[in-house]
Amino acid sequence: MLATALILLPVVGALAVAILPLPRETTAGLAFFVALMEVGLWIVTAARYDFDTGGLQLGTSREWVESLGISYSVGFLGFSVWLSGATVIVFAAAIGYALWIGRDRPRAYHALMLFLLAGVVATFVSQDLLLFYVSFEAMLIPLYVLVGVWGGERRQAATLTFVVYTMAGSLLMLASVVAFGVTQGTFSLAESGTSDNVWIFLGFAVAFAVKAPLFPLHGWLPLTYREAPVEVAAVLSAVVSKTAIYGFLRIGLPKFPEPADDLSGLILVLASASLVYGSFLAFRSADLRGVVAYSSMAQMGLITLGVFAFDDLGLDGAVLQSVGHALISAGMFLLVGMVERRCGTGVLDALGGMARGRPVLATIVLVAGMIALAVPGSATFAGEFLIMAGVYAQGWGYSVVVALGVVLAAMYILRVISAILHVKPGSAVHDEALDLRVGELALVLPLLLVLLGLSAWPALVSESSFTGDHAEQAIARGYR
Amino acid sequence: MIDTPSVDWLALAPTLALLAGAGVALLSALLPEWMRKAVAATAAFAGFAVAAGYAVVVFDDTPVPQSLLDGSMTRDQLAAMAQVILGVTGAAVVLVAWGERRRTNHAEYFALLATAGAGMVFFVGAENLMTLFLGLEWFSLCLYILVAIDTERETSLEAGLKYLVVGGFGSAVLLFGSALVYGATGELSFADIAAATPTSDAFLFAGLAMILAGLAFKVSAAPFHMWTPDVYQGAPTSVTAFMSAATKTAALVVTLRVLVTAFPEQSDVWTIAVAVIAAVSLAWGNLGALAQRDVKRLLAYSSISHAGFMLMAVSASSERGGEALLYYLVPYSAMSVGAFAVVAARERELERPVTLESLAGFGWERPYYGIALWTFMLGMAGFPLTGGIFGKLFVFSAAYDAGEWWLVLIGVAATAVSLAYYLNVVRWIYMRSGAELRLAPAGGSPPRDTPLGIAVAAAFAVTVGSFFVVQPILDAAGDAAASLPF
Repeated sequence: MLATALILLPVVGALAVAILPLPRETTAGLAFFVALMEVGLWIVTAARYDFDTGGLQLGTSREWVESLGISYSVGFLGFSVWLSGATVIVFAAAIGYALWIGRDRPRAYHALMLFLLAGVVATFVSQDLLLFYVSFEAMLIPLYVLVGVWGGERRQAATLTFVVYTMAGSLLMLASVVAFGVTQGTFSLAESGTSDNVWIFLGFAVAFAVKAPLFPLHGWLPLTYREAPVEVAAVLSAVVSKTAIYGFLRIGLPKFPEPADDLSGLILVLASASLVYGSFLAFRSADLRGVVAYSSMAQMGLITLGVFAFDDLGLDGAVLQSVGHALISAGMFLLVGMVERRCGTGVLDALGGMARGRPVLATIVLVAGMIALAVPGSATFAGEFLIMAGVYAQGWGYSVVVALGVVLAAMYILRVISAILHVKPGSAVHDEALDLRVGELALVLPLLLVLLGLSAWPALVSESSFTGDHAEQAIARGYR
Repeated sequence: MIDTPSVDWLALAPTLALLAGAGVALLSALLPEWMRKAVAATAAFAGFAVAAGYAVVVFDDTPVPQSLLDGSMTRDQLAAMAQVILGVTGAAVVLVAWGERRRTNHAEYFALLATAGAGMVFFVGAENLMTLFLGLEWFSLCLYILVAIDTERETSLEAGLKYLVVGGFGSAVLLFGSALVYGATGELSFADIAAATPTSDAFLFAGLAMILAGLAFKVSAAPFHMWTPDVYQGAPTSVTAFMSAATKTAALVVTLRVLVTAFPEQSDVWTIAVAVIAAVSLAWGNLGALAQRDVKRLLAYSSISHAGFMLMAVSASSERGGEALLYYLVPYSAMSVGAFAVVAARERELERPVTLESLAGFGWERPYYGIALWTFMLGMAGFPLTGGIFGKLFVFSAAYDAGEWWLVLIGVAATAVSLAYYLNVVRWIYMRSGAELRLAPAGGSPPRDTPLGIAVAAAFAVTVGSFFVVQPILDAAGDAAASLPF
């Protein structure tokens, strides 16, 4: 029941926000309140989920289309708990940010955000192939309008590129969903067996590679992350991209063991390319959003490396890093938004010297940066280390790539930190640009605190994501 | 005494109800002017509603197909389900037509609408070549006049003439095909044609091809679609809504019935022919829609591509295909009537044809119509939360099951292309502002039009409802498909 409740609460919230004729601030406040309730509901879920037993829990299953074997099946696996947890926290921060800056047309805006939240959560808890597809697609409906209406100057081009890329992937996935479901006679992920059809696997893999995105399917990324409203970009890079990881973990690996193995070389190479190429692009990027956007691509490459390591360490690391990256990239995007609002631009050359007289901003940016570059002791370091150790089994070269990625991350993050905080005050930095306000701090600080907590105890996530902490076995058994 | 065949009045009740409604509507021309429209519209609405009601009763009462009127008609669940869709569609169209600016001809308009409905309701039950042609001409003649009924608009007259010429040609092709089939088999009834040993294969196949082409004109499948954009654009918008939903429903159901009952032996030939027509429709409809600025033309091309999707289900030539077709028709009819209704609302507000530009900012000015149009567009593109996705899914599954995986890939590619123009509509209604373009008036109250609002709400409810409540509709569709001898 809890899984259903976690989907329905934001849907009801979205309808309430859209329909109730409330004043502007109240509307946004109501949306924020619903997002916080969602966090509370998730805490209840995590408390109820029995991590020692593992497996599918707290679910519901209802017949939907009996004759084709489609059902409304939702429920939590260990990693669904953590991925949906990251989702609700990130959304609360994003919706809070929209409340703080007072987005135009709040009823439509917040209704769409809550609807998007429902879509992402539904993706992370779906245990039926068609329900997964439906939720995966449903995320696009609000995103298209959120980017297209509230985005920056070139928002319409951005939103079109984004949707065309994603839908091209999704439609290939639809063909695969049909082929897999019809061959198996059921769409239920719990009941269906495995398939050794490479083409069907490819349909899924391409859809996930676009969503992540992996090189060379990242064409939508720079424009979308630059033009989207900053909190929507945060949500995109933090959690929407992780639906691809859920797809690989829940469908790609357990349903297609042989094709996944056959194609793992290709996917590992593409993931490595994403990591290295994304890092270089982040380092070369001339503006804040570019750095965060490309670093997100690099991190998704890293996480994919962990998934296709096919062993306990890599898979645990992939989940931990998914959660860690979700929180830190949301935090980074919100900070970018705060800096952009103060200076009117995110171009690095025009920034600088913001540390002087703005101690809170400086501290927060520095802490976030340290976590983002995976300083030893941080949760992100734990994730990267697990992935590095795990992917060694696939070839030592991949571990070298991961290590290279860590070094490159340090380079681009330090460059950004010093471009914002240090050197001489840039042309866009005026004395009137204030330090972080309490409201802003209240949005970013919880994200960082959760990350610090995870840094102290990364095993909370990494050792409870799969049944009995044996990821490989759990996947081989299809999570049964 | 001549032996008269016994008449099953219940099976004919939907047709008779609509004819009665049409009669009352026509007689309202004698009433004082102020009550003419109200009486005519009410009579037509009642006719459609009662027809749908009787069709539900027939559906429940007819587990096994029965032959009517000496084998010229059939009473089965396929016809009954199609009649339900036609009845509900027609009733919604009456609501859309209520607010249409028309100084005269109210009685004639609603009488013809109900008569066309009666013809379609009759047509879907046709069981031999004579009743097939009779039904086709019956509703076609009404539609020719309906398209041209706004005599003060040149485009309406032009559309009427165009439809008459092309439609007449299509009917002639169908009639000639029927003659050839009769010549080859000596039989008129579908079942007897299937059972007969043809004297000449050439005649039979030529006849089959011509019957298929004649029906494809009505389905507006490419390459028999040339009339569609012009006629859909020129006709009064309510008539366009009726044609895009009801005519297609009737013609597709009859296509399925004729092919499956009369030509089972030739199925290896016609499945390929239908698959090719489907593929061409998908390609042509979607590519054509990309270039349109006029929303009614855009929806016309979109309806061609939907004909392609639904013919994909026909070409599967299986019970599953029939089921997929009948399921698809439910959300499709709703989305189609709904989308044209919203266009009609905008048209009445601006008092000129609706182009994409004139939709700028529509979603913010009229939030409910905006959300509805958004939903219909997403539904036609096969997004979730609308029945459109299940329609596509079932059609693809049926085609995949029938081994036509290449058709599935074409369908997927067509869906990808279709996104460009469906999302473009959404872009115009939300991401452009009317003030910025100075084309449409911003703000102000729209003309009050409650019936149209009700029609849009009903279409919205069906579009979204068919996503959540799939199984009952699918069961009905399965029963309907099972009344054909697959």
